[in-house]
Amino acid sequence: MKRYVIIGNGTAAVGCIEGIRSADTDGRIVVISAEERRVYSRPLISYYLEGKTDLERINYRPDNFYSDNKCEVLYGKKAVSINSDATSVELDGGETIEYDELCVATGSSPFVPPIEGADSVKSKFSFMTLDDALKIEKSVNKESRVLIVGAGLIGLKCAEGLKDRVKSVVVCDLADRVLSSILDDECAAIMQSHLEDNGVSFMLGDSAVRFEGNAAYMKSGKTVDFDALVTAVGVRPNISLVKDAGGKCGRGVTVDGRMATSIDSIYAAGDCIESRDASCGDVKIMALLPNAYMEGRCAGINMAGGDCRFDDAFPMNSIGFFGLHAMTAGSYFSEKDGGETFEIKKGKSIKRLFTKDGYLTGFILIGETERAGIYTSMIRNRTPIASVDYEILKNSPKLSAFDADYRRKALGGVV
Amino acid sequence: MKRIFVDEKWCLGCRLCEYNCAYSNSGVVGMSKALKGKKIYPRIRVEEKGDTTFAVSCRHCEDPMCSKSCIAGAITKKDGIVRVDQEKCVGCLTCVLVCPYGAIAPGENGTAQKCELCIGNSNSSGEPACVGGCPNKAIVFEER
Repeated sequence: MKRYVIIGNGTAAVGCIEGIRSADTDGRIVVISAEERRVYSRPLISYYLEGKTDLERINYRPDNFYSDNKCEVLYGKKAVSINSDATSVELDGGETIEYDELCVATGSSPFVPPIEGADSVKSKFSFMTLDDALKIEKSVNKESRVLIVGAGLIGLKCAEGLKDRVKSVVVCDLADRVLSSILDDECAAIMQSHLEDNGVSFMLGDSAVRFEGNAAYMKSGKTVDFDALVTAVGVRPNISLVKDAGGKCGRGVTVDGRMATSIDSIYAAGDCIESRDASCGDVKIMALLPNAYMEGRCAGINMAGGDCRFDDAFPMNSIGFFGLHAMTAGSYFSEKDGGETFEIKKGKSIKRLFTKDGYLTGFILIGETERAGIYTSMIRNRTPIASVDYEILKNSPKLSAFDADYRRKALGGVV
Repeated sequence: MKRIFVDEKWCLGCRLCEYNCAYSNSGVVGMSKALKGKKIYPRIRVEEKGDTTFAVSCRHCEDPMCSKSCIAGAITKKDGIVRVDQEKCVGCLTCVLVCPYGAIAPGENGTAQKCELCIGNSNSSGEPACVGGCPNKAIVFEER
């Protein structure tokens, strides 16, 4: 009977458990969980603050998930080192656990930049875990002024979640636009103005250089008084266990298409890894829940002796703020990089389709997001533009743009 | 397992499937009471291109992208049927972003909805309502 050990208890770990069990119903699975909670949906912590989910519904899998999958979960335990020669993991209590196959799904940690005077701020938070959200919930009230450092996905979802609970939300970011990792200037401006219409204030191209108690002194010379500070400038992959064990790492843990690290019998999945972006070829960190699940599952299947590859990851996001939805995917090549852009604009709604060398490589949709998955599948499958009716697709994603043979298989066959 | 299959050769583009779907999923007794004057959110949609028309609904994929991608763990596949837990869905629409068929869409309250084969719908007589109501048998429910 194989002994599987998974370090981490998030989405990638669930994928790994389900992957293992699809191929091996008997092996022993031990899950090392630093958080003292069963697996919940990390991206839902802002929805919790907003009241769109609760402590029960936020659970990512049903109550009986671990028992049904015959997993032993070690709650509140941290893995401190991996000994690849002895094929064992050492825990913080000194205990060691031996493995035949190991999956490192350690996720990432919030990066908190060192800012002068940060120690003098009493009410300061990251926004990464459910515990963070619960602490913020406890600390704020209708009179609170909240300063969020970071106008990325995490910072803005936090802003939306808190808006109706507090008096004011100010978001600052060194970048000069919101959601700079997924939106270009014009699209970011649309989203920013929508967020402003809903009561969120921005200080862009500006950031805190010094704190003094409840005051932030900004690069621009302005001062912001606040009651609670949330730092959401980014995350860093937790790679140290693999790195210290001699495994190859870049910014994230290096894995192949089967999620194997450079060390025998050690796999890695989720936010701690870096992988090849299939939409542009660059190796990068694509810390997104769907990728984490699929990487975990791929690792699990391979750990159990199966053969699975997951080498078509690319960035994709579906994110809404105050009723305005944005969906983005892939890479946006500019004209000078040989790309072409098609665009439709209508009020708060915008569509940008990016093509290069005869393929759709990415898109940005704000407002009208219906059936966007048809575009996404073209990026994933590298569907040649020449094989579809692109004029139809420019207007809206439709299966009628594909040839009849594709439709016969897709709609008349088992897929 | 039986699934819904469509054959565009026989589709008349009448859109009765959209109305039958909306009615079956409304839970309201009486079609006019359920649908008249209301915006409908059918889980099957007819597409048109020139003379070609066909209906699209969830394929209940062998290995569904929507369920693997759901950030809330709200989409599961059991006994061959992919379903959305409406209590858990927060309306992030990641499923819409990944479904290659464009077969998932937000319903009236913003959460994701899709064809669940009319299972448990009191307005449906055992087989999916789009199938029973298709006048030209362009939509069938069978094993393939």
